[in-house]
Amino acid sequence: MTPEGIAQLAILGFVFFMLLNSAAIMVYVERKVAARIQQRMGPTLVGPYGALQPLADIIKLAMKENLRPKSADRILFALAPIISAATAFIAFAVVPFGAETAFFGLLDRPVPLGVADVNVAILWVFAVTSMGVYGIVLAGWSSNSKYSLLGALRSSAQMISYELSYGMALAAVLVLANSMSLREIVDAQAGTWLGFVPRWLVFLQPVGFFVFMTAGVAETNRAPFDFPEAEQELVAGYHTEYSSMSFAMFFMAEYINMVTVSAVATNLYLGGWHGPFLPVWLGWIWFLLKVGFLLFFYVWMRWTLPRYRYDQLMAFGWKFLLPLSVINLLMTAAGVLYFGA
Amino acid sequence: MAHNLMLFYAFGAIAVVTSLLVVAQSNPVYSVLLLIGSFVALAGLYVLLAAPFVAVIQIIVYAGAIMVLFLFVVMLLNAPREDAVQSGIIESGAARVLGALLAIALVAELVWAVSRSGAAAVGATGEREHAWSVTEIGQIIFRDYAFAFEATSILILVAMVGAVALAGRHLAEKKS
Amino acid sequence: MAELNHYLMLSGVLFTIGTAGVLLRRNLITVLLSIEVMLNAVNLSFIAFGHFLGSADGQVIVFFVITVAAAEAAVGLALVISLFRHVETLNPDAFRRLRG
Repeated sequence: MTPEGIAQLAILGFVFFMLLNSAAIMVYVERKVAARIQQRMGPTLVGPYGALQPLADIIKLAMKENLRPKSADRILFALAPIISAATAFIAFAVVPFGAETAFFGLLDRPVPLGVADVNVAILWVFAVTSMGVYGIVLAGWSSNSKYSLLGALRSSAQMISYELSYGMALAAVLVLANSMSLREIVDAQAGTWLGFVPRWLVFLQPVGFFVFMTAGVAETNRAPFDFPEAEQELVAGYHTEYSSMSFAMFFMAEYINMVTVSAVATNLYLGGWHGPFLPVWLGWIWFLLKVGFLLFFYVWMRWTLPRYRYDQLMAFGWKFLLPLSVINLLMTAAGVLYFGA
Repeated sequence: MAHNLMLFYAFGAIAVVTSLLVVAQSNPVYSVLLLIGSFVALAGLYVLLAAPFVAVIQIIVYAGAIMVLFLFVVMLLNAPREDAVQSGIIESGAARVLGALLAIALVAELVWAVSRSGAAAVGATGEREHAWSVTEIGQIIFRDYAFAFEATSILILVAMVGAVALAGRHLAEKKS
Repeated sequence: MAELNHYLMLSGVLFTIGTAGVLLRRNLITVLLSIEVMLNAVNLSFIAFGHFLGSADGQVIVFFVITVAAAEAAVGLALVISLFRHVETLNPDAFRRLRG
């Protein structure tokens, strides 16, 4: 095996490990931020500043009994959380997070920072996200419980509706960047305009960015669009009947999906790992900062905005967001035709 | 490349087994899921055939959209499973044997016909190693097939209106 | 290296399976699913021919087939739903009268 191959494998392992951890870190951050927004302290007991709280949560979940309702469909009930978690991981496979590096000359050829670089990367993310719906639908159906089924139907209808706006926002970026590879799109955003404005696509595509982030929130079923788990109406939505580690897998999938959406948004609109002050080989620090900012934004929004009603959500998606994204795509295409690429 | 042949057999076997189970399964929910498995295997074959764009489209449209629609309908209708009496994949013993023989004859004939045809000679001519890019396919669609493209968009519009009209008819009746 | 023959045979086998499903099953949903299997078998041979002839036309045609399949599934399922409302069954033998 070549050293480059080993480096690639190491990157793969690192990404997997970090994604696993990101769920734990996000749970902690979410609880702390939520507490601060509500003028509480949040977890303080376990470890310094309660930082070991996620670990305690995981141990607690792992010790619980894995319950399965008597009338549930045995195979599908077990399969659903696996589909959810697996699609969450697979989607991240094509997301690059740093410039090519040779690891301080350890390697003869530089390797890209990212698990895989395929020329249909954006479509890949889109395809895998659309497969994530199955985890939710199957969880709801196989539990054989009304709350679960209603939660699953709501959440999958929501995901499918918002996927359209999501796709249209992506298409506008494709038109501008003239590529489907995330790495090429990021590299198209290097440098600055007029010497101080970074060439990030968010400045060319503010509407697209808004649509993408809104649809992304809906795709990941987060507040203010978190109907699947509207506690007051549906108990816990599609995962009502789940417990122990299978519940943890849904939970993890939700947070990893958030990370993926933020990472893709960073690559598409915020210039990925390009930023001032840092040398190129430290670009991943910029990447982490930008993703971290978007994730904080997610948490902030959840604890600040009230939940929409279900019909409001569907009306918003179909009657406002979708037309807006179509207009944005047409304007972008017209602009590219007029000004040249 | 023996590598490629092995992948072909792996994906092909998955596709055949899942498709068989789709047809043999009495629970429609399982049928739908197995069909998704078959689609994913076919997408793998498309990648082997240097068509990654179609492979991804296959997953987005077929597995991600059409099959979700099927799953929704199956779940919402909550249809009873076919009963043993009427499901009768095949009822009588004689018909069973006859059917099996005919199926074997059909497959054998097919293998014979394909291996006799000139298809093998084609293999050498124009095969290309690198995958077709989205740009190339897009240019073909919008240059050579522009009319067909517009026609399908009208077809989709018609289908959409038709589906809403058919499935939502009882709502209209209730209102009036 | 897999040759064109391999793909054509696989496609033929899949098409046979799909046909068997349409002919043998007594559940409208499964019949529709079997039609999808048949469409996919045809798609596979289109792509295989295209690949071995060095042309992208096969892929373009598959693109159209997928679009048409989406339209077919939408209308087909809408029909199934409105039929199911009338007779509460998915057995095609139950639909013998033209008027509900």
